[in-house]
This record gives sequence, structure tokens and C-alpha cells, in this order.
Amino acid sequence: MEFAPQLYSTALRMTRNAADAEDLVQETMLRGYRSFDTFTEGTNLRAWLYRILTNSFINRYRSKQRRPEETNLGDIEDLYLYRRVSSLESAVSSLSAEDEFLDLFTDDEVKAAVEHLPDTFRLPVLLADVEGFAYKEIAEMLDIPVGTVMSRLHRGRKAMQKELYEFARARGLVDDTQEPV
Amino acid sequence: MANCKETLRELEPFIDGELSDNAREHIHEHLDGCVDCQQAFEFHVELRDAIRRKASNDELPEGLLQRLEVCLMEDFDGDGKVGNEPAR
Repeated sequence: MEFAPQLYSTALRMTRNAADAEDLVQETMLRGYRSFDTFTEGTNLRAWLYRILTNSFINRYRSKQRRPEETNLGDIEDLYLYRRVSSLESAVSSLSAEDEFLDLFTDDEVKAAVEHLPDTFRLPVLLADVEGFAYKEIAEMLDIPVGTVMSRLHRGRKAMQKELYEFARARGLVDDTQEPV
Repeated sequence: MANCKETLRELEPFIDGELSDNAREHIHEHLDGCVDCQQAFEFHVELRDAIRRKASNDELPEGLLQRLEVCLMEDFDGDGKVGNEPAR
């Protein structure tokens, strides 16, 4: 049960609701238990469990979604958030000394920015940025080439940054006279 | 030594720890002498760290752990054996 909390957190970001996340974790643990004889001793147990989690999610939920590959995130410039840091500076100066700049964003905003990504981008971003898996591991989990992992990460991350920036704007933290650099 | 454009293009794989030692070394050389790129890299390292911290702190619901334990003890395949004695 060592991995249950992490699996649950990831499942929540995948399914976007608590009841489905619980079901998904339960299915993952059960499938893992049943097929434990296929796990190779000495390899990464966590990666193996995440592969089952990802497969379970795709089998259970993605079939509902037609043509997921055609999802378009629009054209977002590189370094989107970084180029706009100066327009957030007055908001940053109000943070207490021990807070980092990125504590400007609440946990809920970061979670929402991940969850609002379409599946195609959300899964690689979750597995890389939140769970820290390598490109090769993600490619195996999602059954896509490493190059596709990289391009989806690139596009998904930009979309996530744009979303975070819009959250800051909605809270009145963006100084429009300063944007973008 | 890599220039700014080449360096920023490698920003993501660099932070992801996916570059070869050689490519990594080139980036380090550039960063050592370029404050602008250094700032951009530091920003994205912090951003990654913030995303990881803030998107992975959900509490495991009370009862899920218990339900998991129960479900792994059940005779789920009907072979008369509970989960901790699976039929091979």
C-alpha cells in the first residue's frame, strides 16, 4: 500500500473526481496484485504500478472520447509564463519573504491547470512533471514514441502556463501595462 | 559553446534530466556565462518544483486504504482462496 497516496493523487488529476479516482486506484491495486507474477524482480515497482494505472484509466475513460489526437491547444509562445513575470511583479512583492514567486499560485489553481489539459497532454504532463518519470518510461506507459512524449510535454506545459497566468489575471494580479516582455 | 537560442531549445530536456552528459556540459558552459538564460532555467526549475508540490498533495480518503486491504483479501476469482493466496 506504499504507493496508494501517490496513485490516488495521480488518479484524481486523471479522472478529475474523487469517486472515479478511488475506483481507479482500487482497480490498479487489484490488477497489480493479480498480475504480480509478471513483475520482474529488481525493476521499478512504482513505474510498473503507474503503467497499470495509466492503462486502466485509458481503457476505462478514454474510449468515451472520440479522436483525442485531434485536440488542439492553439498556438502558444515558448516560455509563456516566464516572459510575463514582470507583469506579476507587483503581486510578487506582496508575498511574505519566505514565499517563492510561484507560491503566488494556489494548490487548487495548479491542480486545475493540470486537470484542464485534454487527456492527450494531461497524461504526459502528469507523469513527467508531477511524478518525475523519464521520457522512455512515459513512452512505454502511453504506448507512443519518445518524440511524441516530448512534443506533447512541450505543448501541454505551455498550455498549463497560460492557464496559470489567466488565473493570476482573474485575481487581478496582472499589471497590464507590463505585459508581455 | 551553445548560444542562447540553442540553450533555450534544450531547456525542457535539460530540466527533465534527459540530455546526454556531453549536451548537458554544453548547456552548463553557456549558463555559467549567461545571466539571462540562467534566470530562465532557474524559473523553470522552480515552476516544475511548484507544480509537483502543489499537484500531488491530496489526502488519501479515509476508507480507501481499508477498502483496498479488504479487496486484496477477498476471494476475487472464486477459486476458494483469498487474495493473499492467489492461484498460480
